[in-house]
Amino acid sequence: MTSNVSSGVLVKSPAAKPVRRRLPKLNGRLYVGLSIVSLFILGSLVLPLFSKVDPAAQGTYLKNLPLSAKHVLGTNALGQDIFWFLVAAIRNSLLLGVGVSIGITAISTFLGLSAGFIGGWYERIVVIFIDTFITIPVLPILIVLGALVRGNTSFAIVGVILVCFGWAWNARTIRSMVLSLREREFVNMARFSGASTFDIIYREIFPYVYAYIVVGFINTILFAINTEAALAVIGLSKVQVPTLGSIIFWALNYNALMIGQMAWIVAPIVATVLLFLGLFLTSTGYNELFAERRGVA
Amino acid sequence: MKTILKTVGLNKEYQLGSFPRNVTIKALNNVNLTVESDQPVIISVVGESGSGKTTLAKVILRLVKPNSGEVTIDGHRIVGKGANPDNNEFLRTVQPIFQNPFEAFSRYRTIDTYLVEVATRVAGLGKAEAVAAVEAALAVVGLEYKDVRGKYPNQFSGGELQRASVARALIPHPSLIIADEPVSMIDASRRMIIINLFLALKQETKTSFLYITHDLATAYYISDYIAVMTRGTVVEFGEAKQVLQHPQHDYSRLLLSAIPSLDHKWSDEIAAGKKLAAVTEAAG
Amino acid sequence: MIKLDNVVATYTMQRGQVNAVDGINLEIPTGLILGIAGESGCGKSTLMKVIYGDTGFPLGLSAGSVDYGFENDRREPVTSQNIQKEWFKRISYIPQSSMSSLNPVVRIRHQFTDFPATSRNKAQTLERVRVFVQKLGLPPESIDAYPHELSGGMRQRIMVAMATFLQPEIILADEPTTALDVVVQKEILILLMELQKEMKNTIIFVSHDMGVHYQLTDKMLIMYAAKAAEYANTADIFREPLHPYTLMLTGSLPTIGDDRARQGLPGRPPSLWELPQGCRFAPRCPLATELCRTVEPALAEHRPGRFSACHYADSVPQLQASMRNAPKLSDVAKDTPKRAPQAASALQLDEAGTSAGQREEVAR
Repeated sequence: MTSNVSSGVLVKSPAAKPVRRRLPKLNGRLYVGLSIVSLFILGSLVLPLFSKVDPAAQGTYLKNLPLSAKHVLGTNALGQDIFWFLVAAIRNSLLLGVGVSIGITAISTFLGLSAGFIGGWYERIVVIFIDTFITIPVLPILIVLGALVRGNTSFAIVGVILVCFGWAWNARTIRSMVLSLREREFVNMARFSGASTFDIIYREIFPYVYAYIVVGFINTILFAINTEAALAVIGLSKVQVPTLGSIIFWALNYNALMIGQMAWIVAPIVATVLLFLGLFLTSTGYNELFAERRGVA
Repeated sequence: MKTILKTVGLNKEYQLGSFPRNVTIKALNNVNLTVESDQPVIISVVGESGSGKTTLAKVILRLVKPNSGEVTIDGHRIVGKGANPDNNEFLRTVQPIFQNPFEAFSRYRTIDTYLVEVATRVAGLGKAEAVAAVEAALAVVGLEYKDVRGKYPNQFSGGELQRASVARALIPHPSLIIADEPVSMIDASRRMIIINLFLALKQETKTSFLYITHDLATAYYISDYIAVMTRGTVVEFGEAKQVLQHPQHDYSRLLLSAIPSLDHKWSDEIAAGKKLAAVTEAAG
Repeated sequence: MIKLDNVVATYTMQRGQVNAVDGINLEIPTGLILGIAGESGCGKSTLMKVIYGDTGFPLGLSAGSVDYGFENDRREPVTSQNIQKEWFKRISYIPQSSMSSLNPVVRIRHQFTDFPATSRNKAQTLERVRVFVQKLGLPPESIDAYPHELSGGMRQRIMVAMATFLQPEIILADEPTTALDVVVQKEILILLMELQKEMKNTIIFVSHDMGVHYQLTDKMLIMYAAKAAEYANTADIFREPLHPYTLMLTGSLPTIGDDRARQGLPGRPPSLWELPQGCRFAPRCPLATELCRTVEPALAEHRPGRFSACHYADSVPQLQASMRNAPKLSDVAKDTPKRAPQAASALQLDEAGTSAGQREEVAR
């Protein structure tokens, strides 16, 4: 078909790279952040394979032993090896954090995307739902609930409660992102190309909220671990289960500082701070990475 | 005689602000346009911002629902009370080209996916035929499939993206393409490539265009008919050359006198003591 | 005379450094309106920033200087080093968007009294302001309003008022009417012309609209890919351009009443990251030869008072004549299968990237 149009050869552009296809070049933050987090994850998953003893069992060892080759961080007033307890604690905290985060991210993404895009009465109902849950203050409710059940709850229930009260904020943000995205011209373009509502949500809108979701996922892990630790420290979680929070609870209860068992209180704090640092760096590192890809950085 | 486009009594109001200080803006005020022809035509709708020309385009594209009135294209009643055309049939009748070529494609999708999608979903073609249709459409606009396969929007210039948009709009062989300010975001020296393309398409693919713009010069160059709009009303409608060279309505005259054209100088006007035409409308 | 002496303005980005203005050497006579024209990525806005003295990271004047042709209060010549102190007094700036320049929560009169040069007596100054804005066609009460209470045209007049109130010698305007309706645009432009006639200052006006340049300006600078392509009186630029890019720019757009076929210019300006050797316009130029592709033409005075950066400046009038004889559009349409006549023969296009040029296009 001949063309009547004045056109030259399409200019080729080797300089500009496509947005998604190549592997991301990690920046400094991501390197450090991911290293720390991977260390924690691998450590907490692999190391327990080497311990034959249940670290939560009390009275396994002599109490309050100092640091030694056998007990890397010593033992505590309950006769537990601090190091192995810490490893188990990190694993449980991470499991809880990741589990809760998956739950929260799934719910908030689904509700946020659908409410923002579909609109109408569906959106109104969801928004009422979201706003109610946002205004409920999480920690006081958890404290009240914790006081009612007084440690008679299972670890899983704690996780479920965290999901129930943590999803609303992200859902709201995603919904507002979708509201502005759906006005953009490429959405109309897709409509006129025959795309269905689902197609548009998944192929046009989702890629733009993807960055937020990834960063949100990591931040939610922080939120979950943090809140559980807060509960545990005041004794309202299942404190027999080793978590970062429960170590601190026991250490405070037994006055670890007074009796000279520094490792007992210092180790979990250091571990918590490091883990949070790793997660934070990963989260901001991804943020930077996505910004770079968009050409904004 | 085919009905290229027919709008009857289109009205659209928007409410701005909240009670009790809300104000009603009439974006479309009883818009009646009828264009019938055996040959494809290019109709321009010209006006300033706020004239309603973009709202008109949105109503015809069914992106916005009017308060009243109806739209008929090529015998299909697509907007109006009870008009509920089958989506695919509608998409095969009318297709848009938008103003901002950089916004027309998602940053995360390659250009060819849009083209293939419209071929398979709207034109209902099988995989192999779709590729052939895409190639044909791209050839018409001066592009090749290999130029767009696997390429993201950020690798193209505005003009190239706009041409890809045109190709996408052509694939379902619509009777009418609505182009909303298609060249205002393209460099001036390259605008004519797209404008000439529209003219060529009118002949080659027998497509009619509704060309929305504030640029009267390109409207003159390209159109058969022109509608001048202001404040939601069509104040003048007729053959383009006629309207633009012998405007009847005051507003059309005002508009024409205000364009910075290359054939006479304002400084001569001022020297000759001519006052600026009724400025109350434009009030500051 | 404002002297631009080999001005090079550089942006420092993550990717590296790029010269958005790459060596401009000009003398601008005072007391006239100079228009700077060019398309996205040509560097005209950057040049304005440099002339205004608004350079701060990531933009820097990496070479050359601007001499403004007057002395400051301490009898020193004013150059790029000390121009900032003269803001509003001797040089001012009218931006494109009034809404982003006016503080939305403050009444306009407060912004007039913000100027450092204004006298201590606020009431007196405000009286003078009220009188002054009437000259610009605004009611004196308009300065008591909030910005959003005024229409776009009125706001832009306020910007013009602020820029001219202290009667500076140089006024820079960067696309001040682009966001306005055509009718309002004409009023603002005529206003500027009248103010210039009265105050006899120099206005440097940037726009991508050639029609506006034709109406408003006395002299024009055409920029392409960070360099000066042509510099001459506006009348000459339109009547007989001496650079092929100028010719394509002025000749490609239609005018009402003219039925000749027009051609666009295929290809796009080179990415400032990957500049071709030789003339930057050569890849798209109908007159380009091997010389053009190897040796970069300097801005030379091919005719008295008319500067062009082209090896074949003298051939451009012939090209213009051939374009004038282009067939009428209706005749072209009849011969559908044939290609519409090109003013140029097969254009070779080189590789060109996107980045800087594209970003400016998007920003526009």
